Amino acid sequence: MKRFYVFLVIAVVSLSVFAEEVTEVKIGAGWEMTGPIAGFGQMSWDGVKLAMKLRPTVNLWGKEIPVKVVLLDNKGDKAEAANVVKRLIDFENVPVILGPCTSSCALAAGAIAEQRKVAMLANTATNPLVTQNRRYIFRACFTDVLQGELLAKFAWEELKARHVVIMVDVAQDYVVGLANYFKKAFAKYGGTSFEEYYNTGDQDFTAQLTDALSHNPDTIFMPGYYAEIALISKQARELGFEGSLLAGDGADAPELIQIGGEFVEGLCYTTYFHQDADLSPATKPFVEAYWKEYNRRPDAFGALAFDAYNLALDAIEKAQSLDPEEIRNALASMKDFQGVAGTITYPEGSGDPIKPAVINTVENGQFVLKTVVRP
Amino acid sequence: MNMQTFLQHFINALSLGGIYALIAIGYTMVYGILRLINFAHGDVFTYGIYFAFYAVVAFFFPWWMAFIFSIFVTALLGAAIERVAYRPLRNAPRISALITAIGVSFFLENFAIVAFGGRAKSFNPQTGIYPTTFLKMLRFGNIRVPLLTFLTLGVVALVLIVLLWIVYHTKVGMAMRAISKDITATRLMGVNADRIVSFTFMIGSGLAAIGGILWAMKYPQIYPFTGMIPGLKAFIAAVVGGIGSIQGAMIGGFTLGVAEIMIVAFFPSWAGYKDAFAYAILLVMLLFRPTGILGVDVPEKV
Repeated sequence: MKRFYVFLVIAVVSLSVFAEEVTEVKIGAGWEMTGPIAGFGQMSWDGVKLAMKLRPTVNLWGKEIPVKVVLLDNKGDKAEAANVVKRLIDFENVPVILGPCTSSCALAAGAIAEQRKVAMLANTATNPLVTQNRRYIFRACFTDVLQGELLAKFAWEELKARHVVIMVDVAQDYVVGLANYFKKAFAKYGGTSFEEYYNTGDQDFTAQLTDALSHNPDTIFMPGYYAEIALISKQARELGFEGSLLAGDGADAPELIQIGGEFVEGLCYTTYFHQDADLSPATKPFVEAYWKEYNRRPDAFGALAFDAYNLALDAIEKAQSLDPEEIRNALASMKDFQGVAGTITYPEGSGDPIKPAVINTVENGQFVLKTVVRP
Repeated sequence: MNMQTFLQHFINALSLGGIYALIAIGYTMVYGILRLINFAHGDVFTYGIYFAFYAVVAFFFPWWMAFIFSIFVTALLGAAIERVAYRPLRNAPRISALITAIGVSFFLENFAIVAFGGRAKSFNPQTGIYPTTFLKMLRFGNIRVPLLTFLTLGVVALVLIVLLWIVYHTKVGMAMRAISKDITATRLMGVNADRIVSFTFMIGSGLAAIGGILWAMKYPQIYPFTGMIPGLKAFIAAVVGGIGSIQGAMIGGFTLGVAEIMIVAFFPSWAGYKDAFAYAILLVMLLFRPTGILGVDVPEKV
């Protein structure tokens, strides 16, 4: 009998310790903090830091519980991205994960999250495959099917492009995907296009560009990432190219202008956000708060990471649980979430929201809003 | 392909090969006397660019002073690496030194992330780092040649002449050649071998800084891993040319530059695998002519 009481005491103590233990809610984050696309991860993290400052707690079981985001660096590497998610789930026991930015990383990381049944919210991974046939993967951005069509339309109507060279990074799922969607859509308008290839991290594109320019294209389309876009633009201009420059959402980083300088003037690209674009009632307060915090323009990656953080917290509050499965269900049934980069509603059985897109251009070393396209 | 396009490709190749050659010379000098492949060389190259960058941005040096400062400080960094990481292993098996070199490389890369940040910095004339004249494009008919290409070729030629003079016509050079044959015997002759080795590392690292600055003017994006791929390529160039030989490194550098550009020029759809070709060249070379184009087969002493 004595033994039973001892057991009871231990049970009660450990239970009360367990109940006390929810003094903070841990959320996982895996972003590209270093490496060739460090800008994406850093901008996203700045967005999350601001979101944490504005909303430091989550309302769970009638209590305000502080939120802690565990950030790990995936170095922009597919294998690392998978490792990061593994560590977040297995060692940090997070019930939901934010990030990563790029489609290649999101594909690799998503496979792990799916297997372990924990919801992952990629802020800017646009490749359709990222969420396809996956129950636990969501995104805060539009997909490349839409982006490719918008770019083709813009190229044909606004840039009057007819013969386009597409610079394809063979190592990035995002780039290969977007290049294909653009190509198909552009062909429908009657335009012709051809491809030149490179690999992430390449610095010299003179050979590809010399070859491309010998076919007299009127536009160079670069569905890659900012560093390569900046270098390609520079080398194309130096080789005497005078046509238009067009890029996808991978261009959206201040490094594009810092590295590309005068050579990226006039470049147009699609993205998710611009401070002058009125995307939802939440846009303006965010822009003001961002300026106050960082004293610079808010960017698309930060805006979507900001949305992803709030989306995750809303899902936790809606589920009133820290169980990964219930959080996943709350996310999947999310309706009219007021994000700073547009409202998010997940259609039945899909992790892809329908969202407006923004087209920006570089003017006098600044990103300037050109137009907002609503689906 | 018409003549004009081919010539444009050739110019592109020369300008890429020239920088490979400069970095390859650094590899080859160190290998020549110590039989050590200094894998940290690519990272020393990265630091050279950062030093030049910060000399202008943080210390407000004029560009020419910043470049000289960078070459000097990078040379010191090279000597420091040798002192800390390689000298204690002078008598250890060669494989230990090789592994240490890889360790130093990882250390430098990750230290750069902490010290300089993971985000890319820009090495643009617009940020006032150097005058825009460096980026001038000269036109010959429809062929465009960057001024930088002439500059690179000039620097390579100058470096080659100076180095050959040092190695074959000075006492230090004589000591270098002696060390490469037999370090113990050289010590017995009253030569301060450590000092000569330090000097060699300083030359190699200084050249890496020059190569780095030229590279950054051409590709104005600096991040902690900038030097990784150029470093590997230069290593391939050094092996192709015959590692240990200064003229060989130069020939190897240009061979690799031409090969990389021409593969893309003639087979544009293979361009994504450009780097793979560079490594394939290395493999073929190691299989069929391990001593390289200019290398001499020295029988191993047992």
